[in-house]
Amino acid sequence: MMNRLFEKGRMKYIFALLVFAIGQLLVVTGYLNDYLFSTLTTLCINIILAVSLNLITGFTGQFSLGHAGFMSIGGYVCALISMRIPTVPGFLLGVLTGALAAAFVGFIVGLPTLRLKGDYLAIATLGMAEIIRIIFLNLKITNGAAGLNGIPQFVDWMWLSLFTFSSIILISNFIRSAHGRACVSIREDEIAAESIGIHATKYKVTAFVIGAFFAGIAGGLYASYFYFLRPTLFGFSRSIDILVIVVLGGIGSLSGSVIAAILLALISTYLQAFPELRMVFYAVALVVIMIVRPQGLMGSKELSLDLLKGFGRKRQRGGS
Amino acid sequence: MLEIRELEVYYGVIRALKKISLHVEKGEIVTLIGANGAGKTTALRTISGLLRPTSGSILLNGDDITQASPRERVRKGMSHVPEGRRMFPDMSVLENLELGAFLRRDKEAIEEDLMRVYERFPVLYERRKQMAGTLSGGEQQMLAIGRALMSRPEVLLLDEPSMGLAPLLVQEIFNMIRTINESGTTVLLVEQNANMALQIASRAYVLETGSIVLSGEAKELMESEEIKKAYLGGN
Repeated sequence: MMNRLFEKGRMKYIFALLVFAIGQLLVVTGYLNDYLFSTLTTLCINIILAVSLNLITGFTGQFSLGHAGFMSIGGYVCALISMRIPTVPGFLLGVLTGALAAAFVGFIVGLPTLRLKGDYLAIATLGMAEIIRIIFLNLKITNGAAGLNGIPQFVDWMWLSLFTFSSIILISNFIRSAHGRACVSIREDEIAAESIGIHATKYKVTAFVIGAFFAGIAGGLYASYFYFLRPTLFGFSRSIDILVIVVLGGIGSLSGSVIAAILLALISTYLQAFPELRMVFYAVALVVIMIVRPQGLMGSKELSLDLLKGFGRKRQRGGS
Repeated sequence: MLEIRELEVYYGVIRALKKISLHVEKGEIVTLIGANGAGKTTALRTISGLLRPTSGSILLNGDDITQASPRERVRKGMSHVPEGRRMFPDMSVLENLELGAFLRRDKEAIEEDLMRVYERFPVLYERRKQMAGTLSGGEQQMLAIGRALMSRPEVLLLDEPSMGLAPLLVQEIFNMIRTINESGTTVLLVEQNANMALQIASRAYVLETGSIVLSGEAKELMESEEIKKAYLGGN
């Protein structure tokens, strides 16, 4: 029975339930005040963004600087829908429609741009995010530069943890499928991948669309929790923030992205008390981490029981 | 089995292949030799579908595959070992081999083929869990060939398997190519090392700046004065 329970594939579901239960307990008992909860929300949104960008940049090897663009599409669509249908089903409809809209734009943009490589792709995706931002800035329905206000707030711990965990689990399942392997092989060597019959463009676009979809979900959660949206929230610097989490955690490690997002949230929360030094410390911390571990916190490894066991063995061997 | 008719390839305005024609019969080892920049790799990449020809046609078992995508060609029984080995360095040897069978769904047969590759290259079995990027040059070449065999090809296209290898290893790789051929796989071998290639091939074509300048039985070519002078380092 215990063995069945701790079977490899099931660990993540058990872990997710555990985190949810602890969080729920903290919310119910009131330990999690508004300030902490807003930090937690930002953290979860960052995790979804980083994990989805890691699929595109870390696993498929396509350097994208446009993640904030997809996030903003999800955010605005969710806001517009849930403002007209201010109920929970309206909110869910908004999040899903927003994610689908982001995925659709990802498809339209990905098809031509993913033929580009490296720096060129980065510039093209950066341009795309700027175009999206300027469109939102000029549309009437999104209320231009003033943005949208009074978006109904539906995000609570249950929705937040549900969306975060399902994003992580779905993306990690995708990566471990044959399709995911195909994506990784393109990162490793595109010509070799083509030569064994992998349709590189198809898988690059697939990864891009899935990444955009989850960025759209993150945007929807953002809109619904922070109840107002402005185009400036989704500028270049947000795309960079997401990329920093991915690089810091390790390119090609989902658990690395999660750990890095948590670490950065902790650093910025603890530095809240020193507002004038905050960004300086934050930057110094990044520089130090990148010098000490240029491959990112996790490299391309995943946190797993096997890894912990292996670590334990190494320690023992080292000691004897 | 494989027939190339008047194949012409351009890189922008530069004509890399000038209407070359060649054919490979079932069970043969045919080699395409030539110096650096002659167009050997271009020819092979066009045959496997990684490059598009401007004109000409490619026939596999009588089917015109000129417009087919690389994966359709893999499905039809063609497998390409690209120049410079190109394995997936951050994946294990086993994962590399499994990816070679990416288009196949017949799990049991894949398992059998995997065992066959391990029998052929025991060192790959020893290193199956190791990252491919940590293998030596010769082992990487074996992995690249093993990966290509995992799609169960009828025709194996090999692009300079001797590149960057010590002479002893080159000998070993070429022996393996011969045994792979003996077990029924047709081979089209592109090589700079004309001497080695002519020893295992039945027929050969000589490529010079995009045109085929000579062709014939490998043995005859080995005796020819021109070839000796230009490629075999004899007088």
